[in-house]
Amino acid sequence: MREDKRSAFLRGMKDGLPIGLGYLAVAFALGITAKSAGMTAFQGFLMSALGVASAGEYAAITVIGAAASYWEMAAVTLVANARYLLMSFALSQRLSPDTTLPQRLLIGYAVTDELFGIAVHQPKPLDPMYSYGSYLAAVPLWALGTALGVIAGNILPLRVVSALSVALFGMFIAVIVPPSRENRIVLVFVLLSFAASFAASRLPWISGVSSGTRVIVLTVLLAALAAALFPVKEEEEAAVDAA
Amino acid sequence: MQHNVYLYILVMFAVIYAVRVLPLTLVRKPIKNRFLRSFLYYVPYITLAVMTFPAIVEATQSPLAGIAALIVGIVLAWCGAGLFPVAVSCCAVVFLLELLLV
Repeated sequence: MREDKRSAFLRGMKDGLPIGLGYLAVAFALGITAKSAGMTAFQGFLMSALGVASAGEYAAITVIGAAASYWEMAAVTLVANARYLLMSFALSQRLSPDTTLPQRLLIGYAVTDELFGIAVHQPKPLDPMYSYGSYLAAVPLWALGTALGVIAGNILPLRVVSALSVALFGMFIAVIVPPSRENRIVLVFVLLSFAASFAASRLPWISGVSSGTRVIVLTVLLAALAAALFPVKEEEEAAVDAA
Repeated sequence: MQHNVYLYILVMFAVIYAVRVLPLTLVRKPIKNRFLRSFLYYVPYITLAVMTFPAIVEATQSPLAGIAALIVGIVLAWCGAGLFPVAVSCCAVVFLLELLLV
């Protein structure tokens, strides 16, 4: 039993390390954004160690940069990370029923697209030690990368900073494109989202609203429209679990 | 009103941790409501799409480089490239194009 736990932990670390190396690079770009919003390296480190989310932290940094209200921070964070709610639901179905509360509290700490992705590929029930191993390999690199980005962002030449600034968007694209390819409704709504977001940033009476609020309003409206018109079947959700 | 960055981070952490931990601790049965399930299914893609465009075009020094990065990223992801290769390729496209444009 003891040996099983150890091997699950080590297997988690082994799977988490390549994810952590990717995180290091993307977090560096996030750190540059944090720096431009006026954050220090320590604040960037803290935000990433607690947040462990690319889009979520990016949205949070936008709120900090705009000096918006704490309520707006809560609302933006909720919408930008709503997908983790779905992932945690899926993950909850994969745990052994006798998983303890402290174990559940720890597993919830770093549910991200990638770490969730490797966890659902594990045999059921998921061994919490596997999750701990993967978190320990990946999360410190994510936090470290953010701090380095804040520190090195102003040492790097402007054209390098400009190039790195699209790294996060590249990651977002890599998340939204594969399901758009598999599912025509997702594709249509991704394109609609692009169009609506562009229009909202240009129309005179909407573009004055902060970008965080625009993201919330557009997401809720479009997702509700999609859910009302095209409710998903169970199999389609299963496809998300495997992604 | 002056805002404190640490308080912002605390609010972010409280919300994000609740989102991740509540389903794991409180809800041990699957959600039945079809509308809610569908809504949660669509949210990630729509919110990421809204955040990506037009922000990617405004992030770079030259808007043209941002558009090129968007197109290259979509094509690579469509062909099955993973998160990291797509992100690096987008950066490379912007860097190379801006050598010529800026």
